[in-house]
Amino acid sequence: MRNSVTALLVLGIACLLPIGAWAQTSVTPGAGGDAQLARIAKLEQAVADAKSSGDNAWMLTCAALVLMMTGPGLALFYGGLVRKKNVLSTMMQSFALMAIITLLWGLVSYSLAFGPGNSFIGGLHNLFLRGVGGQPDPDYAATIPLQTFMIYQLMFAIITPALITGAFAERMKFSAMVAFMILWSIIVYSPMAHMVWGKGGLLNASLGGRFPCLDFAGGTVVHVTSGVSALVCALYLGPRLGYPKQSMPPHSVVLSFIGACLLWVGWFGFNAGSALSAGTLATSAFVATHFGAAAATVGWSVAEWWKRGKPSALGAISGAVAGLVAITPAAGFVSPMSAVAIGLIAGVVCFLMVTKVKSIFGYDDSLDAFGVHGAGGTLGALLTGIFAVSAVNPIFKDTQGNTLPSGLIEGNAHQLVNQLIGVAIAWILAIVGTLVILKLVDMTIGLRVSEDAETQGLDLSEHGEEGYYWESSA
Amino acid sequence: MTKVEAIIQVSKLDAVKDALHEVGVEGMTVFEARGHGRQKGHTEFYRGREYTVDLIPKVKLEIVLADEMVEKVVHAIATAARTGKIGDGKIFLSRIDEAIRIRNDERGENVL
Repeated sequence: MRNSVTALLVLGIACLLPIGAWAQTSVTPGAGGDAQLARIAKLEQAVADAKSSGDNAWMLTCAALVLMMTGPGLALFYGGLVRKKNVLSTMMQSFALMAIITLLWGLVSYSLAFGPGNSFIGGLHNLFLRGVGGQPDPDYAATIPLQTFMIYQLMFAIITPALITGAFAERMKFSAMVAFMILWSIIVYSPMAHMVWGKGGLLNASLGGRFPCLDFAGGTVVHVTSGVSALVCALYLGPRLGYPKQSMPPHSVVLSFIGACLLWVGWFGFNAGSALSAGTLATSAFVATHFGAAAATVGWSVAEWWKRGKPSALGAISGAVAGLVAITPAAGFVSPMSAVAIGLIAGVVCFLMVTKVKSIFGYDDSLDAFGVHGAGGTLGALLTGIFAVSAVNPIFKDTQGNTLPSGLIEGNAHQLVNQLIGVAIAWILAIVGTLVILKLVDMTIGLRVSEDAETQGLDLSEHGEEGYYWESSA
Repeated sequence: MTKVEAIIQVSKLDAVKDALHEVGVEGMTVFEARGHGRQKGHTEFYRGREYTVDLIPKVKLEIVLADEMVEKVVHAIATAARTGKIGDGKIFLSRIDEAIRIRNDERGENVL
């Protein structure tokens, strides 16, 4: 007992000694000054390292969450909505993009999106990820390795084309899909990402673009481009055989349900991660995302309940996704209650897009990529210009560094114009780019499978396998 | 020998099985089936698109019986499967010429 007390005393004194030493240097000027400066520098470095490791941990987690949105999230969501005979081919499209876009990103498309370039597209400076290493790029994110930024942005580049696959589900050749997506990623995604988020981009709000368009996590870059391209694909390819006379209900809303839940969770990585750090901005985006999704679920469900008499599970999950889409550009700029407003509006508007507008025009956007992502993304981008407040994110500053108003509710009506410019550019780029690519692929590979193959189902005709093999229980 | 084929509501399968065990039926074959008689289908909505489901899930039982059992079994099924509403199903009876047990080639009513 006495021994252990003595040991404790010795330990205590030993611990106090360095503090005494430090106290001494702090009162001694002159010779000790340099040591003190060195010590402070060391301390600052340690603080920076700690912050960097916290931010990096969060951003790597977010990158993984965003990948989870494509696989299994979107793959399940879309896979459940198609007919049994096309479940694997639909899921395979998302999964193939996880691999193909990754390689493309490393080769060229990262550089075209985020490398230094002109107002519209990045250059070839970062080809093969040259210069993308452990050093942060303060223009993008000062506290995380540029390589973390690169892999995080890659996950966005993957899910964006994967969203389009919902429009041409159940009828496009796999080879044509691969060719289309490679070209689309280069011609549409990279320029749009560069304009909104890249150095020197025309629409970049945080790096002094000509028309600063607020797009926190990809309302224009991800959802408008993919949704509008989806509409173009649906119109160009024409409807599925038998549409709309033959009934083609989802073969498993259960799969879609699980997919939608994974999307909701993954979206925290998508939106809160777009803060590119783990501070209060990430929290604010996280909260807005969640409230937006919840409000849109309620919005869609109430509209459906009122119009159809019953609130369906498919309606609830579609509403959640619509809300997540609409809050994507706004998260990180708006208060939680504004997020609720955006979500409610998006839930009702997307419900009408999917249930009314589609049948009026008669296009076969099979899984409603346009009705949810195109419409929700456009709506969200415009509402961001209304609801953005500088208290959440002081993004605009005058030359003296004073904070300027963000959105319309703070009196910055001009922001709505900039949002419109951003949306218009995304629409035009998506329409023109997609049309050109479709024409190219149509002339070379051909877009659609044969009628026989379509009737048989793409699982068998394109991949030689079945999602639900009927003898498998034997 | 007589084959009893009964097409019933899915929700009544357990009740019918219990009733059949009570009257001493030892074997049966059950199929998941789809169809409709005079009962009309129902509509489902998926994202605002209306789908008419006119082939409704049903259960079909097949039981082959010694003739003296037939009336008792028909009564048991009809009583257990009845809700009194349209769509309760039908029972069909037909003659069976022969029954063969695969295990030992045994033939006739003993097989049942």
